[in-house]
Amino acid sequence: METYTAMRQFADSWGLVFLFVVFVGAVLFMFRPGGKAAADRAAQIPFKED
Amino acid sequence: MKYAFETIAVGIGAFLALLGVAFAKDDLFAAHMWVLFFVLLVSTVLLLRRVTFSPATGQSADDKSGYFDEVVRYGIIATTFWGIVGFLVGVVVALQMAYPDLNIEPWFSFGRMRPLHTSAVIFAFGGNALIATSFYVVQRTSRARLFGGDLGWFVFWGYQLFIVMAATGYLLGITQGREYAEPEWYVDLWLTVVWVAYLIAFLGTIIKRKEPHIYVANWFYLAFIVTIAMLHIVNNLAMPVSFLGVKSYSAFAGVQDALTQWWYGHNAVGFFLTAGFLGMMYYFIPKQANRPVYSYRLSIIHFWALIFLYIWAGPHHLHYTALPDWAQTLGMVFSIMLWMPSWGGMINGLMTLSGAWDKIRTDPIIRMMVIAVAFYGMSTFEGPMMSIKAVNSLSHYTEWTIGHVHSGALGWVGMISFGAIYYLVPKLWNRPRLYSMRLVNWHFWLATLGIVVYAAVLWVAGIQQGLMWREYNDQGFLVYSFAESVAAMFPYYLLRAVGGIMYLAGGIIMGWNVFMTIRGYERDEAPIPGNEPVMQPAE
Repeated sequence: METYTAMRQFADSWGLVFLFVVFVGAVLFMFRPGGKAAADRAAQIPFKED
Repeated sequence: MKYAFETIAVGIGAFLALLGVAFAKDDLFAAHMWVLFFVLLVSTVLLLRRVTFSPATGQSADDKSGYFDEVVRYGIIATTFWGIVGFLVGVVVALQMAYPDLNIEPWFSFGRMRPLHTSAVIFAFGGNALIATSFYVVQRTSRARLFGGDLGWFVFWGYQLFIVMAATGYLLGITQGREYAEPEWYVDLWLTVVWVAYLIAFLGTIIKRKEPHIYVANWFYLAFIVTIAMLHIVNNLAMPVSFLGVKSYSAFAGVQDALTQWWYGHNAVGFFLTAGFLGMMYYFIPKQANRPVYSYRLSIIHFWALIFLYIWAGPHHLHYTALPDWAQTLGMVFSIMLWMPSWGGMINGLMTLSGAWDKIRTDPIIRMMVIAVAFYGMSTFEGPMMSIKAVNSLSHYTEWTIGHVHSGALGWVGMISFGAIYYLVPKLWNRPRLYSMRLVNWHFWLATLGIVVYAAVLWVAGIQQGLMWREYNDQGFLVYSFAESVAAMFPYYLLRAVGGIMYLAGGIIMGWNVFMTIRGYERDEAPIPGNEPVMQPAE
């Protein structure tokens, strides 16, 4: 198969699935149980030191 | 012996530049190497004066235990200086559009001054702001000293050398003609070295952090550094004609070359002018407002959504060109999807002030940061709209595009940087407060009204221009010649220069305020209304 065609097919199949799953995973991870408490702690980081 | 290695290295560099002059293949390369030689020669002399012969084990003047803030101080001064230079060149090129006689051939013609303006504001002003604030923020939020010892100095001075070489090259007429990437191959190589050093210093600090969590601002800064490295290298892949000559040829040809340029160009907007400055927003707005970011989880989603989407939006710069139709549509669709993370981030920044809205009235620095986020919202609304093909057929190649860029650059990038500078200067130089809050207020209003004039004028100008170009009469002939559409622009060009002069005046006021604060003066002035300390009534 031609390189262009092969890369194009990979990009709009597995590449697309991979990126989408990573993104959805990152979003779901933020809403895990205990995620809010961890996020609130992280939001305080700038105030720990001047 | 302090600075011995650095002094020798710069001295050798000066000698190599002189060899470059001697064996140059063309006159431009020789001229550019003369510039490099004199810059490095002066640097060597300055360094020699700083060499001390105290024993290596002796007391060092520098405090190596705390944060590395000296380089941040230099960075803030450089940001202020290059900002004023960049705005000034902008005003000059705006007047050159109105009065072509101001084109002083050959060095100060519009074609050479325009990249000088864009590079000065994006890379010299914006780049120094990003490097300085990223060094400040990563140390505070990692609770660790900047990694690599004097590497921070190399990044700072190496970057200034890049700016000087790029700027002098443009005026000499050395360009590879790629938007926002005009420097030729040897300057590109130097920037690559500096950028890798920047990545090492930043990433090293994160790796040795004492804070378990990596704060969201560092994610944005890191995305900016890594992506710019990738964009810079791919976009500048080129073959030099000779080892000691200026000319090089791109590795790509035709529409592939065009797409590579706009993949770079749009992501320079996305990752240099957006992601990097969002890092600034997520640290300095909470600090100045003294309250945590509205939703930390939203900031993480903002980050991932932004970087997953932005990288695909570039093709919208090539609507109705030889680029395949599916690629144009892809660029348009991803641009429209960018509305969501952009507005999510804008809401997150603005809502950080919820419960403290009175600060907008009483604190001009907060007001500056809020107007920056508001302009971020406005220009990220306008951009996707302009990427829609039907709208683009009217707006493309007109002044509307320039108006859009400036509402983002002057409004978002400029204002958030000014806010960060005003926050940082008293802190870095241990002053109780700024020289004058009233002057911050003046800067705010001059800059804001300047942007409003600039953007509004160019909307009218751009739409008029677009409509004139597409006006047919009933016999199918174009109604206006191109020259008529140029002549019609004259009043708008003048008003645009007025907006730019207002913005420049604000920048000069900031320079004065920063200078006087560093000198340690405090202006005797009435406080901003509403900001007086509240007295407790007697019981």
